[in-house]
Amino acid sequence: MKNINIVFAGLGGQGVLRASDITAEAAFLTGFDVKKAEVHGMSQRGGSVSSDVRFGEGIKSPMIPAGTADFLVLLDASQKDPNALCCNEKTVVIEPEVIKIESLPNPKGLNVALLGYLSKMLPEIPEENWQKALENNFPEKLRESNTIAFEVGRKANAR
Amino acid sequence: MDPMKKLLNGDEAIAHAARVAGVNLGIGYPGTPSTEILETFSALGGYAQWAPNEKVAAEVAIGAALAGGKAVVTMKHVGMNVAADPFFTAAYTGVKGSLVICAADDPGMASSQNEQDSRRYAVAAGLPMLEPADSQQCYDYFILATELSKRFGTPVILRLTTRVCHSKTIVSIGTFSEPETPSYTKDAKSHVMVPAFARLAHVRLRKRLKDLEEWNCENGPCTFLGPEGAKSGVIATGISAMHAAEALPEARIMQPGMTYPLPLAKIKEFVNSHEDNLVVEEGDPIVVETLLANGMNVRGKKEAFRFGELNVARVKKLAADDVTPDPAPAPGKPPQLCPGCPHRLTFQALHDLGCTVCGDIGCYTLGVLPPYEAMDTCVCMGASISAALGMREVLPAEQAKRIVSVIGDSTFMHSGLTGLVDMVYNRPPHGHVVILLDNSTTAMTGLQEHPGTGRRLDHTETVRVDPAAVARAIGVRVEEVDPLAMKDTLKDFIQEQLDKEDVCMIIMKRSCLLALKHLKDREKAQAEEKKN
Repeated sequence: MKNINIVFAGLGGQGVLRASDITAEAAFLTGFDVKKAEVHGMSQRGGSVSSDVRFGEGIKSPMIPAGTADFLVLLDASQKDPNALCCNEKTVVIEPEVIKIESLPNPKGLNVALLGYLSKMLPEIPEENWQKALENNFPEKLRESNTIAFEVGRKANAR
Repeated sequence: MDPMKKLLNGDEAIAHAARVAGVNLGIGYPGTPSTEILETFSALGGYAQWAPNEKVAAEVAIGAALAGGKAVVTMKHVGMNVAADPFFTAAYTGVKGSLVICAADDPGMASSQNEQDSRRYAVAAGLPMLEPADSQQCYDYFILATELSKRFGTPVILRLTTRVCHSKTIVSIGTFSEPETPSYTKDAKSHVMVPAFARLAHVRLRKRLKDLEEWNCENGPCTFLGPEGAKSGVIATGISAMHAAEALPEARIMQPGMTYPLPLAKIKEFVNSHEDNLVVEEGDPIVVETLLANGMNVRGKKEAFRFGELNVARVKKLAADDVTPDPAPAPGKPPQLCPGCPHRLTFQALHDLGCTVCGDIGCYTLGVLPPYEAMDTCVCMGASISAALGMREVLPAEQAKRIVSVIGDSTFMHSGLTGLVDMVYNRPPHGHVVILLDNSTTAMTGLQEHPGTGRRLDHTETVRVDPAAVARAIGVRVEEVDPLAMKDTLKDFIQEQLDKEDVCMIIMKRSCLLALKHLKDREKAQAEEKKN
């Protein structure tokens, strides 16, 4: 298979890094080689945050080269332009509007809902590995609302 | 999936390796991107401490290693400057146990005030250095560094970069081993650096580096990527090797794991078996200059590639000597002080007063940005106080009187104390006002404890070093206030203190909102634990 490149982008506090952690772990659990890059440190201060996840076989650089993203997952619509260089004409851009915030038990679950949406386009990763990765990345009390959010995202993607 | 395999970032991989190696003590000062090493080491059951600053951390680690223990000390690149004094002489004393110095550089300055290349310290001090490219190498090289430290009796630098620290890759993990308690043997000739002993130690140090170079040529870690028998060779260090393998798939890539002292004979062999050879390294041209000085047929990068971090696209351009500017992405949203951050009130007041503000390192450096624009200088940890003294000494009275220092609580413990002593000792004609933004945490690096919080690295309680009591003991007048309670009068209050023309420290005491949330969560968890 071709290696998959996914860029997650948003603002500090929206769960960009958590979303990329879960994706990387789901790919890892499936048995792929995985690398994940991010720059954090100032992100808590509300600035732009992005994270790269690459999986497949024999991944080298952890950073996605310009123009080679297969997916750009936006947690905040404002971050489309700052991340435009990673895209090409075939890049699938997933905008936050694909999820109806009212349909989530907690608006903070947008990152997980977008993962649900994304997961429908990544048949390489079985759903159970997404579920396991979700479980490993959240405390038990948030598990139920995240399971619902993930399901909302999957349903929002009709393909 | 192999149960011993984990997806870890470089910091976490080092923490796991430290548990496998049976490290007795981990110590450091928080600094992005190195902070998570000790936090993870502690969470995995290792014994870890935050020191007030990197120099103290280095000395504690040296003591542990002189006693025969296994120690690791962690810091960001600028921390290496603070700790340089003990490191240079620890290269002479050597160690009985082991000492690994994790130094994390920040090419591109994701969250730093400079992009110095700390590899220079290895050369300057004569300390061997390993440079991992990914998390597996972080793990492997840490264990190797511990072994080499013990075997050759020297501290070893594990040089990291932001991308290595914060990228996750797959790591195979061994079994943890509990640290052994060492037993002390007196060896004053090695450990007391009076000139007569130090002269001998310097000769020993240079001999040791020769031995290490020989070992590196024969047994040192070295990774080869790309096709064998390629026409072009690339010598790449750290994560640059990964970018190069992707950017230049036709080339054969050699990544020497120990980059000081370099395995020169081994590299020469590699260079001689390729028609052309390119050196790919982030930061300063250190490896390429060494190879050129040793008469090797290699070429390096253009000056443009000294700046910022490398990536696949930039390595392609580097190889082609293409110095056209990189395409600039549309600007993102810059970081800012959190909504509700108590620092905002102080910066609003300083803005309104039109003060000249000598700032310091922390979240509050963001006070330089609009809407406050209330910061005039920020150089290094603690300089808010000492640089303000310098400014007050030379400026005319009407300008000097407007100067204030702004420093955070963790930074004050790190390097503010000595500056404050100087402020009292060499009191400027119109006194001075230091504003201590005390939010009871090291917020910028992710809410770490420090001596002023009264909690240790693992958040257990200890004696609290009270900055007010310390300042009073130094001879400073102290005003402790809650900025939130003084919202409307803060500006006038600061002006009143300036008008008194003595040395005054205003402590703006108000917890960081993020820290408060964590504290509550911890208290709740503790209460539940007690109940069960």
